[in-house]
Amino acid sequence: MTAGREPTGPEARLIPTPSQTVGPYLRIGMEWMQAKDLVAPGSAGAVTLVGTVTDGDGEVVPDAVLELWSPPAWGRSLTDDGGSYSFTVVKPAGAHRHMEMFVFARGLVRQLLTRIYFPDETDANLVDPLLARVPEQRRETLIAKRDPSGGLRFDVRLQGPDETVFFAY
Amino acid sequence: MTQVAGHPELRLDPDYESPEYRSSAKRAPRQPLVLLSDSLLDSGGPVFGETPVTLSDADLTLGPHGEAQGQRINVSGRILDSDGRPVAGQLVELWQANAAGRYRHAVDSHAAPLDPNFTGTGRCLTGPDGAYRFVTIAPGSYPWGNHPNAWRPAHLHFSVFGRLFTERLVTQMYFPGDPLLPFDPIFNSVRSQRDRERMVSSFDWDTTEEGWALGYRFDIVVTGHLATPFEEASGVRR
Repeated sequence: MTAGREPTGPEARLIPTPSQTVGPYLRIGMEWMQAKDLVAPGSAGAVTLVGTVTDGDGEVVPDAVLELWSPPAWGRSLTDDGGSYSFTVVKPAGAHRHMEMFVFARGLVRQLLTRIYFPDETDANLVDPLLARVPEQRRETLIAKRDPSGGLRFDVRLQGPDETVFFAY
Repeated sequence: MTQVAGHPELRLDPDYESPEYRSSAKRAPRQPLVLLSDSLLDSGGPVFGETPVTLSDADLTLGPHGEAQGQRINVSGRILDSDGRPVAGQLVELWQANAAGRYRHAVDSHAAPLDPNFTGTGRCLTGPDGAYRFVTIAPGSYPWGNHPNAWRPAHLHFSVFGRLFTERLVTQMYFPGDPLLPFDPIFNSVRSQRDRERMVSSFDWDTTEEGWALGYRFDIVVTGHLATPFEEASGVRR
């Protein structure tokens, strides 16, 4: 189908193509370009970011894709059989001390957007305008935890009592 | 129904909570989404102009031992933003079942044959006018166990990038006249009929080649917005 216009409105914008789930077989289409290292491992400030994706029963999600946006770096990591993903990242300098992350999976008719904040930015996080919009008891889900290995951990809970905060935009 | 906290006028279509699609039951978020307005979003998006994509990556019909089996099709279109501007030099990824309705994937146990000459995966970069083109095989329908006698309509999975991070889109392209469309919970997770029609390709004589392949046209429009105002009066979710 060729692009169609909205019937009304001064700008006659095009009707967006709706989202559909990536389905269970995303691996054959998306695994060719895993991009786990947003910075070179071992470079200045490089830190490992790992996490596990779980569903409403606490079961791991082995068929998810995480895409990270930390301008200008982009990354993609597919979850393994244990539902885990990993990246090598560096904390952004400047005003935007966070990273955006999309979650795609079977069962999600569209991707989910979340945001990763850094645990050593306590003061900046306190005055962050977006965190301020999040109910206080849910903010912790957006702040990465320090991993015993020295890296960072950001688990994604799609549902349940500690459901990760997701965003509309 | 997924809510956006403090914004009862906003609706998502498709909605994460799509009860007829069984896999969504334990994976769709249940808490209200928090609105991330444009002013709080980082601008820009990833660029894939330097990605090593070759012309042959857009032809899925050439296997290691010969031609893939099935009806050869040319699938082409443009990636546009909602203002109609072409998305140039960006990555388009495609994956699909083979002509028999089988994916080359470990978890696909459908009793249909694999084709040694068909991986079912391709990619390309859009041209300056946002155009893309794939040569592939018409995919078969397949059973998927969502409900009794559940069969997916034939479809291609498309993954596209816009200019902005938020214009990221994964969708599925369907074929005109497919009798399974009215019964498919994934296709019908989009509630607006007008919007569902945007996922159905058109048969296209211009790209149909004599003695070689059928042509299908599929334009993809990306938008940077997830939630849109719900128009109570018309019942149309835009």
